[in-house]
Amino acid sequence: MIPLSYYVAVSVVLFVIGLTGVLIRKNFLIILYAIELMLNAANINFVAFAHYAQDVTGQVVSLFIITIAAAEAAIGLAIIIVLFRKKATTNVDEINLLKW
Amino acid sequence: MPSSSLFFFYFASVAIFSSVLTIGLRNPVHCTLALLSAFLHIAGLFVLLHAEFVAAVQVIVYAGAVLVLYLFVLMLLNLKQIETFVLKRSWITILFACVLTVEILLMIFPLSARVGPPVAPSAGNTETIGMALFTEYIFSFEVVGILLLGAAVGALVLAKQTPSNQNR
Repeated sequence: MIPLSYYVAVSVVLFVIGLTGVLIRKNFLIILYAIELMLNAANINFVAFAHYAQDVTGQVVSLFIITIAAAEAAIGLAIIIVLFRKKATTNVDEINLLKW
Repeated sequence: MPSSSLFFFYFASVAIFSSVLTIGLRNPVHCTLALLSAFLHIAGLFVLLHAEFVAAVQVIVYAGAVLVLYLFVLMLLNLKQIETFVLKRSWITILFACVLTVEILLMIFPLSARVGPPVAPSAGNTETIGMALFTEYIFSFEVVGILLLGAAVGALVLAKQTPSNQNR
């Protein structure tokens, strides 16, 4: 049987990979991918604790997280399309409309 | 038992490897495919945790709907003229990320190594989730439904091109 800490370790590694992706990439789409990775890491944590605590609450919360992630993807992609129409780029360094 | 741990190590290692590819590859389409692989293997981890319904939702919603949406937008944008943008001197970030990972792992392992395996197999099937979702968490369920409606309307309003804002 796999101990709980192994699942938490996988979750930690995935979360840090997502965090690194948000920090080092400049492409808006890839940043959204990295955010999805972080949400998935949180999901692994919730489901693992739900299994080991014999409680279904964690799985319900992970379903809510998947819903929120879908909503976030829809809004983020709409923002990308509007920005691309306006600036013809997805580089976040060139998107500085609100700066000063 | 050895087969279950074998599956765990397979799913975990491939999920981590594809996540690294997701943030490391240059072509955004390749990044999307790597992310798809990561999602599928995370769904495998959910199956190992006896959360079959969450695994199915993961495959259908994430791998089926969200990633197809991403691919559609990727095709709409003309990506030939867009190179991928990676921060210069990103090795500092990667170094700090590795240090952070090791720190959190050192913190976690002594704490949760005491948590043993569950006594009985978990009742994490669709019926149990449905009962919990529609009795105990019915309010959160409705709120999430309204949020999804708001997100859909918001995405439509944002992406709609009307003649009045065409030249903005």
